Amino acid sequence: MMAFLKSREAILGGAILVLLALIASRFPGFIAPANLARVFTDTSPLLLLALGQTVVILTRCIDLSVAANLALTGMVCAMLNAAMPGVPVIVILAIAVGLGAIMGAFNGILVWKLAIPPIVVTLGTMTIYRGIIFLISNGEWVNAHEMSAAFTGFPRASILGLPVLAWFAIVLAALFILMIARTPLGRSFYAVGGNPHAAVYTGIDVGRTQFWAFVISGALAGLTGYLWVARYAVAYVDIAGGFELEVVAACVIGGISIAGGAGTILGTILGALFLGIVKNALPVVDISPFWQMAISGAAIITAVAFNARSAKAKGRIILRRAQAQGAQA
Amino acid sequence: MSMTRRMFGGAAAAALMLAGGAAQAQDDNVRIALVVKALGIGFFEAAAEGAEEAAEELGNVEVIYTGPTDTTAEGQIEVINSLIAQQVDAIAVSANDTDALVPALKKAMQRGIKVISWDSGVAPEGRMLHLNPSSNSLIGNMIIKLAADELPEGGEVAVLSATTTSTNQNIWIEEMNKVMDNYPDIEVVGTVYGDDLADKSYREATGLMQTYPDLDAIIAPTSVGIVAAARAVEDAGKVGEVNVTGLGLPSEMAGAIESGASKSFAIWNPIDLGYSATYLAYQLATEQAEAEPGAEIPMGRMGTLTLDENNEGAMADPFVYDETNIDDFKDIF
Repeated sequence: MMAFLKSREAILGGAILVLLALIASRFPGFIAPANLARVFTDTSPLLLLALGQTVVILTRCIDLSVAANLALTGMVCAMLNAAMPGVPVIVILAIAVGLGAIMGAFNGILVWKLAIPPIVVTLGTMTIYRGIIFLISNGEWVNAHEMSAAFTGFPRASILGLPVLAWFAIVLAALFILMIARTPLGRSFYAVGGNPHAAVYTGIDVGRTQFWAFVISGALAGLTGYLWVARYAVAYVDIAGGFELEVVAACVIGGISIAGGAGTILGTILGALFLGIVKNALPVVDISPFWQMAISGAAIITAVAFNARSAKAKGRIILRRAQAQGAQA
Repeated sequence: MSMTRRMFGGAAAAALMLAGGAAQAQDDNVRIALVVKALGIGFFEAAAEGAEEAAEELGNVEVIYTGPTDTTAEGQIEVINSLIAQQVDAIAVSANDTDALVPALKKAMQRGIKVISWDSGVAPEGRMLHLNPSSNSLIGNMIIKLAADELPEGGEVAVLSATTTSTNQNIWIEEMNKVMDNYPDIEVVGTVYGDDLADKSYREATGLMQTYPDLDAIIAPTSVGIVAAARAVEDAGKVGEVNVTGLGLPSEMAGAIESGASKSFAIWNPIDLGYSATYLAYQLATEQAEAEPGAEIPMGRMGTLTLDENNEGAMADPFVYDETNIDDFKDIF
């Protein structure tokens, strides 16, 4: 129990509660259940991408192409819908996930087979994917009136009081917790990131595991691409510009170690929620827009500094406990 | 060898015929070239429509609508050089680059061709006058007027801008604040910045509706912001309570007009712009007007253009779009 209270997740959860209390003191309406549900829905795209990013970072890689992947998939879905409004949403969903996975697999292949550093690969594909949006769209927008009602209505359709977009985040987060904890692939992500050499000796193919991490991240980015475009009912070249950094920030705040192999899905979820709450609260607590970016940045740095400190403390605690056990024996 | 000679001969003959044709056309028609940033862009196709309208009114005008296939200055220079070779009477250009076109346009002016720029300007030494679609003060006044017209009893409005540092928006908001005395019942309760990102603009618009529950209108003088704000109003179920207005493109705003989230918005009308540019070029080419500071040059149904010290002028108020005319424009630009 004490161990859980000292865990990063509990501290982050506490920080979120303090944050909510602070916001509520300035704007009580923020913590109304309906508004919290709205904030969660707004955070869902970030959460979905952060889940994929977590897996990638666990394997000591990074995927900077997620936002570009999202934008390209979103544009393809929007153009498809504009050209053929009759295509059912389920087909569009399948195309979005498939296309996203293919783009992720492209990253994965380069990292796996050519052994190029992932940051270089995804920095390159990020620009390539954005460039392709230009090519297919000629820089033009796909607008609300060109999209069908079913296309834009799907993510906001309400099930049990929550929009479909939020349910996607909830269901996928649950699946990820299961996948990470209970499947061989999930465990091998930790093994590959924690100690690649040891992973090889236990029979895990490091490159292949990283490849699958990229495919998962890409598929989620593709899915989010459709949801994003349908939610904002507009598709253009620059959608989600710079979003990849927010996604990485959510993971880092959630305690996913950039060095790989450490962190939990619960941490990522809390990290994404933390960022989502900050982003949604800043407009209503009447803080000068000139301060907003600085405040968001400060929150990230604080979280990371905290991360580094708590990691150090953890090492000491283990030693102390080992000493204590040794003394008992 | 014989092949080359034959080809050369053919080309020479063609050139002769072209020159002959040009000379003939020159006798009765004023030939005005409308050079656009690139062919195939809805905005410029609409401008060409306006140019044809002006040509019909003027009678003896032939409009040559042309431009490169992609938005490059190099492409436009090629087009301009070929227009010089064709000895047109006037060139009206929307430039891809302020400075790069200057040498080619100077050459045109040396050959007696009248050169004006419109929409996107050329440096002063490369043109005789520049036609701005609107002026900052007209835009500033228009955005608050659009909101106020829907609020005869007065009310609270908020501004959703692009970034804190974007020059255009800041000037327009400043100009808007200057004329606020004319709207005593309208209170601007806040200005927020969506950074021209759909998601941030959406969030800021949602925040505005929460912070100011009695908000009556959101003014977004940016095409990304106005679309996102309309979406946020729809999602918050406040259609009819909060009116989204500002500057947007008809194709992007058609959905918001349809849903009622936006009652009206404004942007310069490309048809009027092409029409005015053609009129101005005609006036210069027929020597009915001189391009000099302070000159007032008539442009048909659009009134007159008054030139400032840089030989620049503003065409008119931004054109207002609402449910009555959105369908005519949403497929144009």
